[in-house]
Amino acid sequence: MQLEAMYQEVILDHYRNPLNKGLREPFEGEAHHVNPTCGDEITLRVHLDGAGRDAAVADVSYDAMGCSISQASASVMTDLLIGKSVKEAMEVGDEFLALMQSRGRETAPNEDVLEDAVAFAGVSKYPARIKCALLAWMAWKDATARALGEAS
Amino acid sequence: MSFRAEEVKKDFPLLRRTVRGGAPLIYLDSGATSQKPFQVLDAEREFYERHNAAVHRGAHLLGEEATDAYEGGRAKVAAFVGAVPGEIVFTKNATEAINLVAYAMGNAATAGPEAERFAVGPGDEIVVTEMEHHANLVPWQQLCQRTGATLRWFSLTDDGRLDLDGLDGLVNERTKVVALTQQSNVLGTVNPVALIAERAHAVGALVVVDGAQSVPHQAVDVAALGADFLAFSGHKMLGPTGVGVLWGRRELLEALPPFITGGSMIEVVRMEESTFLPPPQRFEAGSPNAAQVVGLGAAVDYLTALGMENVHAHEEALTGYALERLAEVGGVRVVGPTTTEARGGAVSFAVEGIHPHDVGQVLDELGVEVRVGHHCAWPICRRYGVPATTRASFYVHNTESDVDAMAEGIRKAQKFFGTT
Repeated sequence: MQLEAMYQEVILDHYRNPLNKGLREPFEGEAHHVNPTCGDEITLRVHLDGAGRDAAVADVSYDAMGCSISQASASVMTDLLIGKSVKEAMEVGDEFLALMQSRGRETAPNEDVLEDAVAFAGVSKYPARIKCALLAWMAWKDATARALGEAS
Repeated sequence: MSFRAEEVKKDFPLLRRTVRGGAPLIYLDSGATSQKPFQVLDAEREFYERHNAAVHRGAHLLGEEATDAYEGGRAKVAAFVGAVPGEIVFTKNATEAINLVAYAMGNAATAGPEAERFAVGPGDEIVVTEMEHHANLVPWQQLCQRTGATLRWFSLTDDGRLDLDGLDGLVNERTKVVALTQQSNVLGTVNPVALIAERAHAVGALVVVDGAQSVPHQAVDVAALGADFLAFSGHKMLGPTGVGVLWGRRELLEALPPFITGGSMIEVVRMEESTFLPPPQRFEAGSPNAAQVVGLGAAVDYLTALGMENVHAHEEALTGYALERLAEVGGVRVVGPTTTEARGGAVSFAVEGIHPHDVGQVLDELGVEVRVGHHCAWPICRRYGVPATTRASFYVHNTESDVDAMAEGIRKAQKFFGTT
């Protein structure tokens, strides 16, 4: 049975008890992303301390509706990124994207960088669910670009 | 019913395969696309192996055979819905068929006096329903945007029906088009098309019916339907992808300006201007989807041999059984009518505390393939306060044991996610 491989306990934990959920002030960038194939939605805010890529990710808050994978992914992501510099956080994001695009190939995910997010390795075997796992990450990228004044 | 689904299933090679680690496939997603019986696959293959050539042009033998095969498909499809071949236009899919009407109406204002009856503009109204598939909503939104007409719609009752209380006010002398589905792809609801068409015609409006979910599953006769245009899709009725159908009343098709232009649809072409062929060729620009039309003809033969009354009776019985089983599971809310009255075999539901994506994932692991999401009818989800639904849809090869497997899978999902 593959279900347990996909729905790792850590994913179910974050789904049932999401971290950092709820929209908070202050924030410099906000993004609203939708998965048009299923209707999952997220509104995500980024609060930065400092300027440019060296700024610290002081807070990431969000309001989201969707499946266990998308909700758990948002929770894990905020837990990982808050406290890092924007540059470090972007690197974590790139690593997570690479994991999601691996289609479950036998490359050991970088646990030092991804921490709890390695639990999503099983999700990468299901193309239909990759977007669920990436929804919050894409919203974060977008909101951060806005906070940095790199996007309108 | 006079056919046995277990026997019918043997005609579908794909249904023999296994999925996800050896689970037998239980296909409950015919509402999205149907699987194809041997007879359809063979017909398409035979066309390519023996008769393939460009239709309606050239003077060689193969060209004649290909043309006969293509036009033979048109005749079969016409007979299937009680129409004449000259009223059947082949398109890419049902979506394109609806767009054909919407765009042709958009072109009508500048297409000469004959087309004037189709022109829409500010002050005119187009009426749709809140249960439309995006294919029968967005083209009308766009037509309104291009012409300044106003979009209005029937709202839905709590039990998944059209709210007809305001029919006479909603469909009025300003109404140019009433576009509605005969059978909802999400709710399963079968709408009273004839009743609405009567009101629409009384005020001079055209009636465009989305038959993508009805034509494959019940006997549809265009004369009884009361509509002016009917769109449906080949791949949802055991036929190939890449072929859809627009039926239109002959006198309307004759006055309707073209949508897509180019080769095969012209009469005389000069550098300055061109004239067009009569329908249906006027609406079939470019090389047509001949092999797909041949396949669709075979699908129509297959369904006719089963008998559309039997197909409908089979699905009605399965739908009734599914509604019972879902009620037994507990924590399951059906989005749509909860009886089989005026209802087809698409059953959408929400499982309390579990997102449809997660329900679908557990079912998939067991080999039960259902659809999850908003089913290209997002406003329905908003209306009933659900982010998405899980949908089972039935066809000729499904059996009660397929429904049992789904019910068992839902229980498993509830156990896995700890909601029971």
